[in-house]
Amino acid sequence: MSHTLLSTSSVSKSFEGVCALRGVSFDLKAGEVHALVGENGAGKSTLIKIMTGAEQPDAGTLTVAGRDVPHMTPALARSLGIAAIYQQPSLFPHLTVAENLALALETGTVWRRVHWTARRNRALALLEEAGAAIGPERLASTLSMPEQQMVEIAKTVGAAAKIVIMDEPTSSLMDDEVDRLFNVIGMLRTQGAGIVYISHRLEEVFAVSDRITVLRDGETVATRDTRAIDRSELIQTMVGRALTAVFPKRPVAPGAVAIELRRLSNRALGIHDVSLSVRRGEVLGIAGLVGSGRTELAETLFGLVPADGGEMLLHGEPVRIESPSHAIRLGIGYVPEDRRQHGVVLDMAVASNASLASLDAVSSRGLIDRAAERLLAESYVERLRIKTPSVSTQVGALSGGNQQKVALARWLSIGPEILILDEPTQGVDVGAKAEIHALIQDLAERGIAIIMISSELPEVLGMSDRVAVMRAGTVSGVLSRTEATQDRIIALALERP
Amino acid sequence: MVKTHRREMSVASAITALALVLAVAAPGYFSGENLGDLFMASLPVLLVAIGMTLVVVTGEIDISVGSTFAICGVAAGILSKSGVPVWLASAAACLLGAVFGSLNGALVAYLGIPSIVVTLATMTALRDGLRWATEGAWVQDLPPAFQWLGLTQTEFPFVAAIVTVMLTSAFAWGLGHVAAGRAIYATGSNPRAARLAGLNTSAVKWMVFTVLGALTGLAAVLNAVRFNQIPSNAGIGLEMKVIASVVVGGASVAGGTGRVMGTVLGVVLLAAVGPALTFLGVSAYWERAIQGGIILVAIAAEGIRHPAYRRLASAAASARAQA
Ligand SMILES: Nc1ncnc2c1ncn2[C@@H]1O[C@H](COP(=O)(O)OP(=O)(O)OP(=O)(O)O)[C@@H](O)[C@H]1O
Ligand SMILES: [Mg+2]
Repeated sequence: MSHTLLSTSSVSKSFEGVCALRGVSFDLKAGEVHALVGENGAGKSTLIKIMTGAEQPDAGTLTVAGRDVPHMTPALARSLGIAAIYQQPSLFPHLTVAENLALALETGTVWRRVHWTARRNRALALLEEAGAAIGPERLASTLSMPEQQMVEIAKTVGAAAKIVIMDEPTSSLMDDEVDRLFNVIGMLRTQGAGIVYISHRLEEVFAVSDRITVLRDGETVATRDTRAIDRSELIQTMVGRALTAVFPKRPVAPGAVAIELRRLSNRALGIHDVSLSVRRGEVLGIAGLVGSGRTELAETLFGLVPADGGEMLLHGEPVRIESPSHAIRLGIGYVPEDRRQHGVVLDMAVASNASLASLDAVSSRGLIDRAAERLLAESYVERLRIKTPSVSTQVGALSGGNQQKVALARWLSIGPEILILDEPTQGVDVGAKAEIHALIQDLAERGIAIIMISSELPEVLGMSDRVAVMRAGTVSGVLSRTEATQDRIIALALERP
Repeated sequence: MVKTHRREMSVASAITALALVLAVAAPGYFSGENLGDLFMASLPVLLVAIGMTLVVVTGEIDISVGSTFAICGVAAGILSKSGVPVWLASAAACLLGAVFGSLNGALVAYLGIPSIVVTLATMTALRDGLRWATEGAWVQDLPPAFQWLGLTQTEFPFVAAIVTVMLTSAFAWGLGHVAAGRAIYATGSNPRAARLAGLNTSAVKWMVFTVLGALTGLAAVLNAVRFNQIPSNAGIGLEMKVIASVVVGGASVAGGTGRVMGTVLGVVLLAAVGPALTFLGVSAYWERAIQGGIILVAIAAEGIRHPAYRRLASAAASARAQA
């Protein structure tokens, strides 16, 4: 019988009156993968922050390797062999990948000599093991969200930890990369480590975990063997109700071409010769591996970095989009991928965040109508089930998934004609995911052209009318709904020139 | 955009405490004459501080305001000596301030040079330029119509007060209720998210520097008309007074937070302390040390709001609860 590596008993924690955890008991055994699931704001991240000493519990005890730890700190956690990948990657932006890894892993005195080649080689080896093709000399600030996640994974590989905690490590990774992570997890497991795995992707939870603990509103509702529970039962336990169709795709008769790209290039972002078109009422899914240029394409369309070659036609008229405000005036909306850094303004209230791109709609002659703004925000809080004490709460105090929903609300409220969604359901729970899918479907039915970038293949297959697959900065193929299958998408994403 | 007004409350309590001490120990402080002097001397600081609040909220800083202040005062005096009506000379001084501000703003917003570097350069360049142009001479023999803006000595303070109160309220209200105000906070908090939301963050930055410049010009005029000559070395150290008041008032130099009301209280507190020392018989040498102390306390209060501190505090609270 494997022994218990870590356990919490009756842990409670509240933040300024908001109760995040009440009496949670959880245990992790050696050689197991213990999944932690629950809706956005259920308290998963808070629980793992208590395990790593990033937050202190108000009550309850934390036991590591049979010993009570009354005052956990991040440094103590590290020395007890606990390593964590947080929901928000926490790399130092101005340091290189190799330096970031070294900071997390190297031990010794502050005055030790730095062996740069050894440091570089170690980084290369770790990145290789984590399955990431990232140069160790790159600055962390130049990494995309999925690349940052892969560096975080490399960090835990190198830590040779006994207890590995992963908070939504795959939220922006595609199947192929997820498989590599699962290999890493398998390796850690055979070495006798215990892994806490948080994810909103239930397929992954079923594929990788041995046991599942469900949190709801800060309480443990169940801990079960993965083999003894099925998907619908798990969802019901998580949300407390049965959920209907996951992908509510209804056929929409596509209208006129809303946006057309002819050999569009943007050398600065490394994309070239992209030719695509999206009709009104159509959902175009974009799939591709990390670094294939999906987000860069979206940034080009939105004018963040204007295109430098090829043509772009909007409703048949050639345009050159110079800036995001220009794109918004032309009726284009863009929900960015890294929402914490690019999507929301953490210091501002939920309501101000929701209205930031549609200030014109809630103001007259430059004056903001606070009541209209609140109403707008409240309607989205209800529609997207954003868990927040009120619309005047600062966004920084919401859970990761709820921050994403606020970003989404902002873009839905501008009433765009063309909406670009970069990972629209990343980090969002099953209930809200269904809600967002239904919303995307609604928008399509209202004649909006939708470009949906997603790493989650079931989502791409379920929601799209057509799927464009990107590889190395260009489109390697476009599949119709009937042609698109998981295997064909992966083949197009990997295909060598 | 913090909802609580904790900082304003604590600065207000500090002012009240000071007033109580003075009421007991030195009631002379509250004579009409002293308060009047105090008020007239702090008006320029207040006007500049309001502009500075906008700049600090966007995450930038402007240390060239003292030099702009000197040039605008001298310019108003010279124009009016050459026969330009006083109101036109005043308007020209504001415009000149706006031009200097927009120069700073353009360098910061469109060339991406850090504002501390840009304004350090303009601070020196403008100051030395003025010294070279005037050869250190003060503007003297001002026309009588220049004094008190052509008003009487008793009318002027009222007009100045009304103008300042109106401007202050307009900015205080506008930051919360005008779309442009929202853009200023968003730019300071998360420039990239603001840009993605379609806000022109460069224009926002350029604009706040321009507004600060114009307010500095106005402050220079309201200050210059009180004397019968205009020094060419006015405004030395003004930037420090102003930035200190803004920080004491609760704006974070990291950008994204700060309110006009806080700045007003910060100006009042720092301005009241100096003369209070004289009245309490404390050596004037202590003035700067005490002002420095107030700034340190304000910055330490910033730390108390910081998450790391709150964690410590909540751990301590739970330890007490268990005991
Ligand atoms: N620093 C904080 N200040 C105030 N409230 C907080 C803070 N951190 C978390 N909370 C609240 O605690 C609750 C639990 O948050 P937590 O981040 O643990 O959720 P989660 O289960 O990880 O959700 P998600 O799936 O969205 O990441 C939420 O209601 C959140 O608003
Ligand atoms: Mg979380």
